Amino acid sequence: MKLPKKLRWLASLSMLVCLLLASTGCSEKIIVLNPKGPIAEHQRDLMLISTVLGCLVIIPVLILTAFIIWRYRDKPGRKASYSPNWAHSTKLELIWWGIPIIIIATLGVITAHATYALEPSKPLESNVKPITVQVTSLNWKWLFQYPEQGIATVNELKIPQGVPIRFEVTADSPMNSFWIPQLGGQIYAMSGMAMTLYLQADEQGKYWGSGANFTGKDFAKMYFDVDAVGTDEFDQWVKQVKADSPELTLDGYKELAQPSTLKTQTYSAFPKGLFEMTVTKYASSHHHGLSQKEMKDMPASHDPGSTHEDMPASHDHGSTDEDMSESHDHGSTDEDMPGMDMGDS
Amino acid sequence: MFDQIKEFASGFFVTGDPLIYGADVSILLVTAAIIFTLTYFKKWRWLWREWLTSVDHKKIGIMYILAAFLMMFRGGVDALLMRAQLAIPGADFLQPDHYNEVFTTHGVIMILFMAMPFMFGLFNIIVPLQIGARDVAYPILNSLSFWLFFAGAMLFNLSFVIGGSPDAGWLAYPPYSELMYNPGVGQDFYIWGIQISGIGSLMTGINFLVTILKMRAPGMKLMKMPLFPWSVLSSCIAIIFSFPILTATLALLFLDRYAGAHFFTLDGGGNPMMYINLIWMWGHPEVYIIVLPAFGIFSEIVSTFSRKKLFGYQSMVYAMIIISVLSFLVWAHHFFTMGSGAGVNTFFALSTMLIAIPTGVKVFNWLFTMFRGRITVKTPMLWTIGFIPCFIVGGLTGVLLSVAPADFQFHNSYFLIAHFHQVIIGGVIFGYFAGLYYWWPKMFGFTLNEHIGKWAFWFWNIGFYACFMPQYVLGLMGMTRRVVSYGWDKGWWPLNFVSTIGAALMGIAFVLQVWQIIHGVKHYRKNLDTTGDPWDGRTLEWSIPSPAPHYNFAVLPQVEELDDWWEKKQRGVHKQLNNIAEEKLEPIHMPKNSGMPIIMAGCWFLAGFGFVFHWLWLTIPGLAGVAICMLAHSFNYDTDYYIPVKEIKETEAALRKVTIS
Repeated sequence: MKLPKKLRWLASLSMLVCLLLASTGCSEKIIVLNPKGPIAEHQRDLMLISTVLGCLVIIPVLILTAFIIWRYRDKPGRKASYSPNWAHSTKLELIWWGIPIIIIATLGVITAHATYALEPSKPLESNVKPITVQVTSLNWKWLFQYPEQGIATVNELKIPQGVPIRFEVTADSPMNSFWIPQLGGQIYAMSGMAMTLYLQADEQGKYWGSGANFTGKDFAKMYFDVDAVGTDEFDQWVKQVKADSPELTLDGYKELAQPSTLKTQTYSAFPKGLFEMTVTKYASSHHHGLSQKEMKDMPASHDPGSTHEDMPASHDHGSTDEDMSESHDHGSTDEDMPGMDMGDS
Repeated sequence: MFDQIKEFASGFFVTGDPLIYGADVSILLVTAAIIFTLTYFKKWRWLWREWLTSVDHKKIGIMYILAAFLMMFRGGVDALLMRAQLAIPGADFLQPDHYNEVFTTHGVIMILFMAMPFMFGLFNIIVPLQIGARDVAYPILNSLSFWLFFAGAMLFNLSFVIGGSPDAGWLAYPPYSELMYNPGVGQDFYIWGIQISGIGSLMTGINFLVTILKMRAPGMKLMKMPLFPWSVLSSCIAIIFSFPILTATLALLFLDRYAGAHFFTLDGGGNPMMYINLIWMWGHPEVYIIVLPAFGIFSEIVSTFSRKKLFGYQSMVYAMIIISVLSFLVWAHHFFTMGSGAGVNTFFALSTMLIAIPTGVKVFNWLFTMFRGRITVKTPMLWTIGFIPCFIVGGLTGVLLSVAPADFQFHNSYFLIAHFHQVIIGGVIFGYFAGLYYWWPKMFGFTLNEHIGKWAFWFWNIGFYACFMPQYVLGLMGMTRRVVSYGWDKGWWPLNFVSTIGAALMGIAFVLQVWQIIHGVKHYRKNLDTTGDPWDGRTLEWSIPSPAPHYNFAVLPQVEELDDWWEKKQRGVHKQLNNIAEEKLEPIHMPKNSGMPIIMAGCWFLAGFGFVFHWLWLTIPGLAGVAICMLAHSFNYDTDYYIPVKEIKETEAALRKVTIS
């Protein structure tokens, strides 16, 4: 077989090309391995540790495979031993049940430890008070609300460097996944629940963020820039947005929630409790939340069930805070939900 | 009137895309060509009698594999379309809507309408031969399984030109797959295509479980059974427990869409998470269902081509059973990032890692089967050797993904895409190819050209690595799955470009394989398998002529050992077996052909089509037809016959004469 030999060379060559492509020039672009925050860093370390542990088994096995095939290939003149009935060896089998068990046990301990340590709703250790950003996945754009600053943006996330950010993530669209690789792993954005994810940027800079779970036609356009800036600059920016940008009204939100794409946008204010309203309108409980249809049909300012002028509440008459916190998942407590006031009626 | 027809047709047929017009034309031409050829050569009756109504497990197996190859072509074209779109940033070769349909159908077809029937084809052809049986336990049910798969696959494929394809991903996560976001008929085609073929899959699982447990040749204790039937057994156990979940899940989704139920919707108390849990409770075992038989195939081939007993037989058996049980305990690793909490994530991370242990053991056992053997590298062995590094690396990346906190970075990225293609192509597809080449002479009585086969192998492998290795890196660069395009600024395009070239190489490899088969058929006289045992095999299927007579064994074999045929050859007693003494022959009890399965599957097809378009006038007669078929069959007592000794003698003489000369 002359030709396959040539092909084999071609195979090694193409592998080399791939490696070169991967290593030259784009190593900066392998963003997951180039973390800029504590969570992403820890995740990168985990990746490396588990890769090394895995390689402890697979590299010897790959070498062994090549050796065995070369050694015992049936060729004229090859004098390798042949024992056709040798099919059992307790010692050997113990070894290769044992080695994977040890490696997996090690990796298991590391994983279990890291899973608890990196639980996304766990606050980051820091002397600085975290900032909350409420993230809503809309068709096909990301809405970021800063409840403490009272501003909102679309497809643009500005955060102060060195400050833990508490993301509360939900969706007013098919489920999506909120992902900023250089700061840390993703979390799903799902209607009817608010997921919590703590991230922090250690360095100033622009990072890439995107939706990771398919949401339909313009899913590919749901990316955004994360701009990590100094605290002063951040405050400056907030002031500027407050001064220059239009307000996001409830009607404006409804407009925004319609399927469409949008570049970026900033808002100097947003309706109080908008995020909670988004979450609760899909919240599943035996009490009825507002269905999407009802939302559309209802003029916001005339909502009968609300104590706030601009915030429709649940239709249900027995809704209590307990019901609410059920739907807000993962360590969200009431005090973490600024602006939440779902007046009973 | 004319306007009404026009309006209906524009909604009914998919219009506006030249690719689809091309498909319309080619479907019409192919159909016309088939009808013309069959009529011209007066082959309708032959087709009906010999194939469509056949209950011969070998013929059903061949039809499965033929269908699987057609579906591989369709799914492969989908793959190439996607790769063409992604080769260059900002390409608008495929519009987003169309792209979404393409990746959805690619996934569904490759797993459910390519891998599954390919696997069932190999089950059908080989399992009865290897366990020394004359047929499967329920031959008519077996035929029905095939026709239900076929009806489901055709219904699903029809969505391409009629009504519109599904576009919610291969597992159709709600709420996106619900009416509120997905009002067309595509998702209904998805539901009914899978539902109908899924019933067939479940029945195959039951059929082969019973066949293996009840129909082994005398003397073949379970622990003397070859590894392939063992792998089929563990796969069937997983099928029996998982496919009912799929059926129920899709039924609930259908009720949501058809009857306005609220199982998975966002309003009315529904919960999409329930669907995601349910679909993965089926979906995860499903990947083990398709890979376990490949493990069995590799075990047979490694042992045959190393001319050595399989190392650690018992370990292999236990490893497969452990894998089939563990596969049910890992489903939540598909959504670590959906906020299950640290406790749940830890459990599923650890249970996922555990699977690496028995899988690793299997690799060691294959290696030590080759150790101190005499390895000959024919195409089946070549695929087995190609499988080992590919699967080991894919397995490693699987373990990486199972580290829950790290999965937060891998999930939904191209890293994941690369991983599962590596284990499914490297494990499943390489395995089925190995099996196909290995058993080809047994199926058709001639061997295939090794030279073309090796070219195909190398194109597949080079193409594979060029296609999927860059995708690991792309994942780490932040590229998410299912994006239709991306910008120049990301630095993704060189890797994507290489990946597309790799996909094209695999496309060429597929063409080479088809050519190899055509070449084989053309020159079959030169490559006749006259011995029935071209690879100097070890198991029972090699003890009978190629292709096997329709009753398989003239005299049921008496099994004494593992690798019984090999041991008999060693002792030199196999020659006596070839001279079948007349006094040993008895009339053979065989099942009669039946037209019921194909008619019933046709009725299911009509019912499914009616459900898709909410046409009760079609659904009701379709379902009534199904009921009538069942009823009629239950009153049919004329289902079997005996092959007289004279006919057996004649057949054996004709088949083995070649052996003597």
